[in-house]
Amino acid sequence: MDQILQGLREATNLHEIVTKRELVPQINLFEFSAKETAAKTKPGQFVILRIDENGERIPLTIAGANVEKGTITVVCHEVGKSTKQLGTLKKGDYILDLLGPLGKPAEIEKFGTVLCVGGGVMTAPLHFQAKAFHEAAHKVIGVIGARTESHLIFEDEMRNVCDELYVATDDGTKGYKGLDFLKELLKKTKTDRVIVMGPVVTMKVVSELTRSHGIPTIVNLIPIMVDGMGMCGACRVTVGGKTLFACVDGPDFDGHLVDFEELMSRLKMFTPQEKLAFVLQEERGGNL
Amino acid sequence: MSKPKPEIKKEVVPMPKQDPEERTRNFNEVAQGYTVEQVVAEAERCLQCVKAPCVQGCPVEVDIPAFIQLIKEKRFAEAIRKVKEKNSLPAICGRVCPQEEQCQASCTMGKIGDPVSIGRLERFVSDWERERGLQITEKPDTTGKRVAIVGAGPAGLTVAANLAKLGHGVMVFEALHKPGGVLIYGIPEFRLPKKIVEAEAEYIKKLGVTMKMNALIGRLYTIGELLDRFDAAFIGTGAGLPRFMRIPGENLCGVYSANEFLIRVNLMKAYDFPRCDTPIFVGEKVAVIGGGNTAMDSTRCALRLGAKEVKIVYRRSRAEMPTRAEEVENAEEEGVVLEFLTNPRRFIGNERGWVKAMECIRMRLGEPDASGRRRPVPIEGSEFTMDVDTVIIAIGRTPNPIIQQTTKGLQVTKWGTIVTDENGKTSIQGVYAGGDIVTGQATVISAMGAGKKAAKAIHEYLMSKK
Ligand SMILES: Cc1cc2nc3c(=O)[nH]c(=O)nc-3n(C[C@H](O)[C@H](O)[C@H](O)COP(=O)(O)OP(=O)(O)OC[C@H]3O[C@@H](n4cnc5c(N)ncnc54)[C@H](O)[C@@H]3O)c2cc1C
Ligand SMILES: Cc1cc2nc3c(=O)[nH]c(=O)nc-3n(C[C@H](O)[C@H](O)[C@H](O)COP(=O)(O)OP(=O)(O)OC[C@H]3O[C@@H](n4cnc5c(N)ncnc54)[C@H](O)[C@@H]3O)c2cc1C
Ligand code: SF4
Ligand code: SF4
Ligand code: FES
Repeated sequence: MDQILQGLREATNLHEIVTKRELVPQINLFEFSAKETAAKTKPGQFVILRIDENGERIPLTIAGANVEKGTITVVCHEVGKSTKQLGTLKKGDYILDLLGPLGKPAEIEKFGTVLCVGGGVMTAPLHFQAKAFHEAAHKVIGVIGARTESHLIFEDEMRNVCDELYVATDDGTKGYKGLDFLKELLKKTKTDRVIVMGPVVTMKVVSELTRSHGIPTIVNLIPIMVDGMGMCGACRVTVGGKTLFACVDGPDFDGHLVDFEELMSRLKMFTPQEKLAFVLQEERGGNL
Repeated sequence: MSKPKPEIKKEVVPMPKQDPEERTRNFNEVAQGYTVEQVVAEAERCLQCVKAPCVQGCPVEVDIPAFIQLIKEKRFAEAIRKVKEKNSLPAICGRVCPQEEQCQASCTMGKIGDPVSIGRLERFVSDWERERGLQITEKPDTTGKRVAIVGAGPAGLTVAANLAKLGHGVMVFEALHKPGGVLIYGIPEFRLPKKIVEAEAEYIKKLGVTMKMNALIGRLYTIGELLDRFDAAFIGTGAGLPRFMRIPGENLCGVYSANEFLIRVNLMKAYDFPRCDTPIFVGEKVAVIGGGNTAMDSTRCALRLGAKEVKIVYRRSRAEMPTRAEEVENAEEEGVVLEFLTNPRRFIGNERGWVKAMECIRMRLGEPDASGRRRPVPIEGSEFTMDVDTVIIAIGRTPNPIIQQTTKGLQVTKWGTIVTDENGKTSIQGVYAGGDIVTGQATVISAMGAGKKAAKAIHEYLMSKK
């Protein structure tokens, strides 16, 4: 049998969970077998998963790829029905579909000093980029944040690839309280580029801070998506007055041009339905 | 002594349909198909014309008089084989071909009464076969050549089937998780049940075709990389990029592209939410902008999802609607209101960012435009507001751009369609293309027709190559 065809055939199989690790409560790291995707993945890209036949399409940013093992890593926060269901799966379980890599890769050029700001679960994929910047011989300054100390993830991993690392929490339980300290940091350190991945508010606040300094700021937008390949327009965002599709034109955009208010409003489009699905799931005792 | 000729019935045998009242509460197929008696009665109406003008109207040239004759004699197994000589997806074409513009347009019976309902006859024999299990004829010898097909829509599937029948190794790369293209993500269940598309895809797999889902070409592999592993490639990626109106308020919540709406409902089965996880929101007052198949399908889905009032807002008049008359009739029976010569100007949102109204303007028809249709011109001062809580924009789709952006040396037009010769050959050796990606949005059967031609050309190319 033709080896290539054989290889491709095998890849049509289900995707196995090779590793599952709880990082903090409700945030899990998964390593999926996905040989072809792993070989093509670059930092900044994402995958879309489907757990089973009735499942919805779950977009998740790739947090790492291992070409030899043929695996990709994602870190997922349980926020609703589908992500919670993903959280119930164990090592050795399979998911039905995995599509990717999707989206344009992040620009990893020699920019000089790069400030990488990660909030919440998105700190994990940010690390994938920070590592690439580090390997491309940049000076990398890391800032990682979470609601509270016990929710911080990827601190050690970030420390390994950053020349300096700052920690911030919303409630001040660890590191700086909030992101106000960034003002001082930006004043005292010459920064050539800022990358922000995290909640919309974080991206908005950081973009506003860097605007006055005129520092190019890249934000990673995660609007609601369906197909992830440019066919539905669910992911449309307004950037510099133009409507763009985050899944094919992004997900990285110029933070100084993004209409964050619109993005926040559109993210709530299905909230009543999502709540219903979640409540029904809880009623069934989390058994799906 | 010559037998007296039986009287030929002028009227078509009516298609049994679900009652409009009932059907707007479910997603089951509206048209229910002929019985054996009905199909034979309809077949009896065919005059067996020697020149068969009907065949010339069919883009894949199904031998219509021959298969109808077999139906008359109740030789259904042979009838379906006759159809399949030319058409590998007859259960689909029988349902969704615009027959009144194609095979039935020039049917001789049409001159003295209703044309023969060729599509319904085709549908009957293919359903008859499917219900008995699809038959595969013996496998051909393999040629050792391999072809990569990008996109599992009607164009790609036709190329795949035709090349597999000739003994080539075929692998289909499809970005979505199911094959079928628009047939699976766009056209709703009540017009084309998904199990039919699945059965047709299953048949193609049985021919030896490997289908690789969740593979977005351009990102996972480029066309160049496919050519390293395959002897030829076919691009059938369709026109799936939704067009928007570029007017204020278009990104408010509650404003969908028809593609988003239909993908959620059809591919992701949102009509079965929360059993299926993908949500959809349909309000009470829905406006669908546009006048084609996509608009009609969105409208009828919205009704079935519980909308109280569904309006089609179309900037031209009924005569210019680029959709099948039968579908407009079905939609009207179901209670859809048509607002002709009307165009939205902007969408107005509430304090939470949801659409609550739409400012429209009335139009009149002016001079014919490039497409030959009279161009709508706004009537200044005729603005008015319409209350809506859901808007579905169905004003057209343009070619999917990823392949064009990632393939060096591929010639494309300024509209983003791929340039080919009449056999589907592109500017790159060994790369062929067909269907909506070449023509812009068209029909299922024209995509299949293009697929057939391309398969023939690919076969010749492969066999001429060492
Ligand atoms: C490109 C992209 C990359 C992403 N990367 C990650 C990641 O690395 N880690 C991670 O934990 N999450 C990531 N997300 C978000 C994740 O996809 C959603 O949290 C998930 O789909 C929610 O599904 P649910 O059913 O559990 O929750 P739901 O109950 O459906 O929704 C809960 C919340 O999630 C948001 N949401 C719902 N559906 C989507 C969707 N399709 N896309 C985006 N947001 C949505 C809604 O605003 C809602 O407030 C990413 C999203 C996108 C678009
Ligand atoms: C709602 C709706 C209703 C319609 N109703 C009718 C009707 O009643 N009758 C009729 O004749 N026609 C109808 N049409 C038109 C008809 O469906 C299309 O003309 C036909 O499907 C085109 O076939 P295709 O194979 O060229 O492309 P498509 O059917 O669009 O298939 C293209 C496939 O390629 C995949 N793809 C795209 N990009 C990539 C990539 N980079 N890598 C891998 N895969 C990719 C897509 O996911 C898709 O599955 C309708 C269209 C719509 C949208
Ligand atoms: S394929 Fe379409 S056009 Fe051709 S005979 Fe069948 S219904 Fe008519
Ligand atoms: S043109 Fe009409 S009547 Fe004549 S052979 Fe064709 S289907 Fe029959
Ligand atoms: S998710 Fe559908 S176009 Fe981006």
